[in-house]
Amino acid sequence: MITAGVDCGAKNSKTVILQDGEIIAKASVLTGFDQKASVKASLAKALEAAGLTRDQLDRIGGTGSGQKDIEDADVKVNDIKAIAAGAHYFFPNCRTVADVGAEEGRAAKIDEKGGVVDFAINEKCAAGAGAFIEAMGRALETPLEEMGSLALSSDNSIPMNAQCTIFAESEVVGLIHAKTQKKDISKAIHDAMASRIVSMVRRIGVNPDIVMIGGVGYNPGFVEALRRELGVERIYIPDIPEFGSAVGAAVVAANNGKS
Amino acid sequence: MAKYPTEPLKCWSKAKELREKFYREFSEAHEKGGLRWMGSAWAHDAIPQGLGRDVKCITGEPYGASCAFDRPLSAEFLAATENYGFARDLCSYMRNYWGSILVNKYALGGEFPKADFAFSQHICCSHAKWYQNACELEGGDVPLFAIDVGAGPYPPFAPKLYEHRVKYVQEQLLDAIDWLEKVTNRTYDDELFLECVWNDVRSTHTWAKICMLNRAVPAPLDEKSIYSLYVFGTLQKSHPEFADFYEELYDEVTDRVQRGIAACPTEQARVMSDTQPPWGFLRIYRYLESWGAVSIGSLYTFGLEGMWLYDDERDEFEPRPMPAEKPKTREEGCMLLADWHLSKPEYQHFYHPEYKTRMMAAMAKHWGVNGIILHYNRGCEGLSVGIAENRLGLLKRGFKVMTYEGNMGDEREFDEKATETRIDIFLEALGLQKPE
Repeated sequence: MITAGVDCGAKNSKTVILQDGEIIAKASVLTGFDQKASVKASLAKALEAAGLTRDQLDRIGGTGSGQKDIEDADVKVNDIKAIAAGAHYFFPNCRTVADVGAEEGRAAKIDEKGGVVDFAINEKCAAGAGAFIEAMGRALETPLEEMGSLALSSDNSIPMNAQCTIFAESEVVGLIHAKTQKKDISKAIHDAMASRIVSMVRRIGVNPDIVMIGGVGYNPGFVEALRRELGVERIYIPDIPEFGSAVGAAVVAANNGKS
Repeated sequence: MAKYPTEPLKCWSKAKELREKFYREFSEAHEKGGLRWMGSAWAHDAIPQGLGRDVKCITGEPYGASCAFDRPLSAEFLAATENYGFARDLCSYMRNYWGSILVNKYALGGEFPKADFAFSQHICCSHAKWYQNACELEGGDVPLFAIDVGAGPYPPFAPKLYEHRVKYVQEQLLDAIDWLEKVTNRTYDDELFLECVWNDVRSTHTWAKICMLNRAVPAPLDEKSIYSLYVFGTLQKSHPEFADFYEELYDEVTDRVQRGIAACPTEQARVMSDTQPPWGFLRIYRYLESWGAVSIGSLYTFGLEGMWLYDDERDEFEPRPMPAEKPKTREEGCMLLADWHLSKPEYQHFYHPEYKTRMMAAMAKHWGVNGIILHYNRGCEGLSVGIAENRLGLLKRGFKVMTYEGNMGDEREFDEKATETRIDIFLEALGLQKPE
């Protein structure tokens, strides 16, 4: 059985190809304005990496905020079902998963088969998503890639508004004017965002084997802030966190729509 | 695919006509030598009606909802209120209402008809300021009387000192009658008042009986339609035509149940909601139905203007029986009104969210609900108090619960597509299949 999972996200369109439960290829392209084109490009790139053609795929599962533009999808997989199946694929003991992507933060409580028990999604505000750190990085004039390690070098705790990107940005500007060190501001930003995600996770219940997927999983400053706020020893993160939902979609497609 | 037969409600056009007539009569009251008053939908509206049959009212909440339903009009009213200097996070019904005065535009057409007096009640802090500001915006010379109904929870939730608490409200109602005579220079008609009290009891009792019929499978009524029907209790509970209409509606819905007529012919699952919906986006209820999920109602639609009693021992939620006798004096009428309204289910959560959770859980059990959808309504501070606690309480009792954020009267705070996505996830988790 060969299936593809396509996750059309706000920033990147990701594709994973699974053959009998093993990941054999993956690809990611910028989503941009033309979602349909980016989905096709992502799928084509993954097929090329796998040395396959479209006809050799048994099924395609589509997920993500641009799901409607995944025209080739045989199975539409809702965002929560995708993260649940993805987390369960990488860590079968996982019962709580947090997904922090560019546009949204979400969390799901899952059962032993990867099925959804309960879920929470951030509301209209982007303060619980990767875009928040990106915006704050701009205010700090610090590249996004450096924000996490910068935060890790600070031991100070500065409270910051975790509810609104606009207010948070004003606070960052205020801290810059107060000559606060960049590393301390960066830590405050990550702590604020982590507290937003933690409140969402707590709403559905924290399990010690907590898994995080989504591109923000690459940010060590955020992961550490999340671990600390949740009060757990470790957060389990797959090697390819940004492909978590795509993997979930491929798994659900392999099961013909079931988790 | 249709599982059950369906048909439109026969009294639908009558409901529409009655509502239009009500709003028209308010705007035309002065032309006919009558009086106009404004106040909350929760007010004891039988009290001012004792001044005469030519006394017409407008209640702020359903009026605010009507404005919100017309999104471009609402945007105009909200902008006017914000430009005036009121904060954006206040009650959105109230902001629509104030905007309507400021723009001097009546949502039903023409200029905004100013009131001669305001008669309201205070259950939440927005109610307390609403008519104070409305009186000022209408020129500053509109007199206001408000009843403090914060007299504590109704038994069985808190039986202690109840006889004193109900007397506290009754005495205010008696004071209100004296005040009304003074500010209007009219002689109060006790006979008419007692008739209106009885209409109030009739309409709020019958509405609860109608909601009871929705225990049937398939549900004879869906919540989108319920919104158009419960409204009469919010417009004027003591109105004779509204009390009669509910009795007619009861007969029709009984007939639907007997014949197995469904509101949603594809009913596969039943959900219940909570608090006011985002009025400009009622189509989300049709979206639910496209999945085969019917919203059978809520504590809000059942218990805002329907009178119920929660039975602790049986964990049952049933219509409050009609009083054995009609009141015969002004004092008896005020006592009945005070006691009847203090039992309003929607008052109880102001004292503790657990009271509401218990009533909601009983509803979910007896109405055969598969899932509960809670609206974190940013537009209503009063009815949103404790919803997150209700969610936890319902989850602990084993119910499946979904939440979404929005605003009943300010479309800027509702994300329709994101809400549909949540509904998809929730209904799929309930075991339903997404329609092709």
